[in-house]
Amino acid sequence: MSALAGAVVLGIETSCDETGVGVVRLRADGHVELLADEVASSVDEHARFGGVVPEVASRAHLEAMVPTVRRAMEVAGVRPSDVDAVAVTAGPGLAGALLVGVAAAKAYATAWGVPLYGVNHLSAHVAVDTLEHGPLPGPALALLVSGGHSSLLEVADLAGPVNQLGATIDDAAGEAFDKVARLLGLPFPGGPHIDRVAREGDPDAIAFPRGLTGPHDPAYDFSFSGLKTAVARWVEAAERAGRSVPVADVAASFQEAVVDVLTAKTVRAARERGVDHLIIGGGVAANSRLRWMAEQRCADAGITLRVPRPKLCTDNGAMVAALGAHLLAAGVEQSSWDIPADPGLHVSEIVMP
Amino acid sequence: MLVLAIDTATPAVTTGLVQLDAAAGPRTLASRVTVNARAHGELLTPQVREVVAEAGAALGDVDALVCGAGPGPFTGLRVGLVTAAALGHALDRPVYPVATPDAIAYDVFRDAPGQELLVVTDARRREVYWARYDETGARVDGPNVERPAELADRLAGAVVRRAAGQGAELYADVLGLPVTAPGFPSPAGLVGAAADAVLSRATPAPLTPLYLRRPDAVEPGARKRVSQS
Ligand SMILES: [Zn+2]
Repeated sequence: MSALAGAVVLGIETSCDETGVGVVRLRADGHVELLADEVASSVDEHARFGGVVPEVASRAHLEAMVPTVRRAMEVAGVRPSDVDAVAVTAGPGLAGALLVGVAAAKAYATAWGVPLYGVNHLSAHVAVDTLEHGPLPGPALALLVSGGHSSLLEVADLAGPVNQLGATIDDAAGEAFDKVARLLGLPFPGGPHIDRVAREGDPDAIAFPRGLTGPHDPAYDFSFSGLKTAVARWVEAAERAGRSVPVADVAASFQEAVVDVLTAKTVRAARERGVDHLIIGGGVAANSRLRWMAEQRCADAGITLRVPRPKLCTDNGAMVAALGAHLLAAGVEQSSWDIPADPGLHVSEIVMP
Repeated sequence: MLVLAIDTATPAVTTGLVQLDAAAGPRTLASRVTVNARAHGELLTPQVREVVAEAGAALGDVDALVCGAGPGPFTGLRVGLVTAAALGHALDRPVYPVATPDAIAYDVFRDAPGQELLVVTDARRREVYWARYDETGARVDGPNVERPAELADRLAGAVVRRAAGQGAELYADVLGLPVTAPGFPSPAGLVGAAADAVLSRATPAPLTPLYLRRPDAVEPGARKRVSQS
């Protein structure tokens, strides 16, 4: 550890539509300190398509890659000779988009003569919390919710194995937000708009279904497809009857159904597994109702809740750098130079060999 | 000058370390050209490391980089461009883009000058990327993307005596031109095609991929109903 104190790790993230480059420094006390977190997003280019277009995202990553690395190093105040390792998201994510980041990371690591870590995007979402709240005190649950994933993970320590307790069986939570937003005439991406509109609505106005909450359903898996369809049916019925659609009430009731299921299942898992720390990450972690309900339910259950600030919850390079720093500190062997980008990388594989 | 050459615009992953002198032209010190259209991302950096090691050099000894800018299938093409761009940034060296067919044409004219040439590479979806060169080796048309039959029609009004590139072999019966090697760009061809800019230490042109096609993406239409009415 002492030899690694002060080590600087650069992290690159290109799994979806954000080109993220982060720089962190490993401190002697085991804390990982954030030096830079630069993001170039192509989200505006996807808005008119109502979802992320992989080829558009890949083109944007290529254009943004070197300028974003340059900016991150400037902000962090590090020179090339200061960098001790390069970490990159190797998967899961969009194949062509991941490949741009992996190729760039190999080139930087090779040119600087430092180790390369091809890491798991989901583990990086968990690791980023240590930048804000310090080292994990022990085993934790992580609820990762975004447009691309909805997973409930059990994490013993950041460089060690991850156990997936549950995941969505159909749509990701963020995807449901996007689809319902579109149904209500709200812009893409839908999460922030639903959150804003829902504040004016009544979360109990409409009793939308809670997916996979029956006695024989898998306890920790999620399903949001049926909910999305129920919202569509409700809106269409109102339109057919000539009633104006109460957008705020629909948004609030939909959001309540999502947040209720996410928090109920997560808290139940924490109790059953005897874990008393919960981390929430991913873009949906920025949702104000999710934060509020998670705080209430965790407080009642005696669980310590850790939610990083919104900028660290969405996809970024700092999370990748943070995970890279933990791997470096744990003495994990670097990835080989011929690793592929793996769009289906399993959550149990934290770093590619 | 010591130049690192990279191209991933064709099914080949082309890498090489090339000595470039004004009088002698490009001389290859070490090269790896692996044909595997599905593994550009896996193969490229290991090959760069191998050619540098084989030449007994270090990456820091490289004076400049030359990278094929396509046209080529997008995902593979980007691997070479982002790798070259990142290496250039990390090493603080200039990166010179060349049109990939120019590199193939350079090799053809060096070995057998004086005859008009068509360079054709595979664009998938039953289309080809092509560029046409006059008898001096200057590019006079393209690069462009087209169906082989449309390209054959277009050639009716032009003087072309031979074709090169893997696409020329694939569609030899449609194009009706004698095919001369090589099928893929070589490190020396890449560096030769960029030699004037590299030797004069000119400011490199932007490293812009030649996509020639727009992304496939459609804007959503009206909302689909989920209820039966
Ligand atoms: Zn994510």
